[in-house]
Amino acid sequence: MKLYFKYMKILMRSQMQYRSSFLMVALGQLIYPFPLYAGVVLLVGRFGEIGGWTVPELTFCFGSLLISYSIAEAFARGFDLFSHMVRTGGFDRVLVRPRSTILQVLGSRFELNRAGKLAGSLGLYIWAAANLDILWSIDKVAVAFFMAAAGVFVFSGIFVLAGVWSFWTISGNELLNILTDGTREMARFPLDVYKSKIILLFVFVVPIASANFLPLLYITGKALENRLLYAFSPLLGLLFIFPCLLLWKTGVRHYKSTGS
Amino acid sequence: MKAYLSFFRIRFLNNLQYKVAAWAGMATQFVWGGMYILLYSAIYSFSSSPKPMELDQLTTYVWLQQAFLALIMLWYRDSGLFDLILSGDVAYELVRPVNLYPMWYARLLSQRLAGVLLRFAPIIIVSILLPFPYGLSAPASLPSFMLFLGTLLNGTLLTVAYSMLISISMFRTLSAVGSLTLFGILSEFLAGMVIPLPLMPESLQKILMVLPFWLTGDFPFRIYTGHIPVQEALGGIMLQFLWTAVLITAGVLWLRSIKKKIVLQGG
Repeated sequence: MKLYFKYMKILMRSQMQYRSSFLMVALGQLIYPFPLYAGVVLLVGRFGEIGGWTVPELTFCFGSLLISYSIAEAFARGFDLFSHMVRTGGFDRVLVRPRSTILQVLGSRFELNRAGKLAGSLGLYIWAAANLDILWSIDKVAVAFFMAAAGVFVFSGIFVLAGVWSFWTISGNELLNILTDGTREMARFPLDVYKSKIILLFVFVVPIASANFLPLLYITGKALENRLLYAFSPLLGLLFIFPCLLLWKTGVRHYKSTGS
Repeated sequence: MKAYLSFFRIRFLNNLQYKVAAWAGMATQFVWGGMYILLYSAIYSFSSSPKPMELDQLTTYVWLQQAFLALIMLWYRDSGLFDLILSGDVAYELVRPVNLYPMWYARLLSQRLAGVLLRFAPIIIVSILLPFPYGLSAPASLPSFMLFLGTLLNGTLLTVAYSMLISISMFRTLSAVGSLTLFGILSEFLAGMVIPLPLMPESLQKILMVLPFWLTGDFPFRIYTGHIPVQEALGGIMLQFLWTAVLITAGVLWLRSIKKKIVLQGG
């Protein structure tokens, strides 16, 4: 753990060397959620509602999701860009060090400028939370917290999978963008707006629904029966990281150096 | 002229080789298109307010957007050019006895055309096979179809002129990446890629239709679906020419002023 903080400190300092560049990127990231917000407002303005959800509810949903995504991106991007490490043989160096590979890959990247996206999303999120037509009780705050946390773990898990993938394919993983970007894009809306069976995929395979409409149903008071089940649904998302890390370990054992 | 044409041909053939990336891109676009269509069809079936566009027009619009994404995406940045500037190799480009602007224009154009050639056919074929109203419908009429092709290509010239401005801006400041992200996100919204222009309120549409962004994709797609009738398209076509001329002139002038005081990075 101490080592990890040291990694982060170094990476942070190196990014701060390009201060104006850093600020511009962070600023660009800051406005990222607002066109999405505008899109939601305009669609609701045009059609009255989207799948029975109001503007604050929809904003709360994608605000929470983007908070999760920007945190996961800031910390776990090392796995997403892992194919580069495999290709250049950098992973060989990781293997010979007497520390866990997960820690080292995790520590290979830390994208501080995602703080911009985080701040923008947080702003919208707080606005939405204040405008939700509910009373914020302690249990709802807790569920909201775990909802965002589950999102972080699901996205990190997907990034780890992207890394695992490159143990076998070596080259880049454009195809896995479907998994990362696709999940993020799909989950911008509470998944039940799609009125389709594919949402089952997002409940059980990539359990992003546990950071999306399942806890949202609880928070907005739309879940009438089995309320506890909805309240504890974020657990599913938190657990997702374990099979991913297990796959990572298998991948490491399978690793053959590219030799360059 | 001949030099630029052959440069275009070389780059074009070169870009046609990125087949794996194209397959991956296509798969992503299927997911995207499918997602939007699920969303819109769910909204349409549950909402009783008047529809600015029929569902089959909207799905056709979405599929065209996905199929021709390589031609219309405004945020696209040529990382090759970026590397040239970062590494200082741009010096080699500058010493060539050709003009930089048309050469880079040919480069960016070839990239987009090759990208779309690799991608569009499978997306079109699959989306035609999807059942009504989820798939790609036939064009409103033969003239609309012809006009769609013309305006799409014309719009591509505009898109490339816009990308040129972005590429040139990388000369000015290497920290431009941030502002590019910002611009990319904004222009995507202004071009109707977040939600199609017809679904926006009238007042906003009026503003956006003065700007160049909608002319790249939204305009030809709506001609295809018949949402913009053929006889009303003339104004848009004039606007396309006008904006292309403006952006190219701006780019040429900007590049000229930059070349005078260029400082090469690294070496």
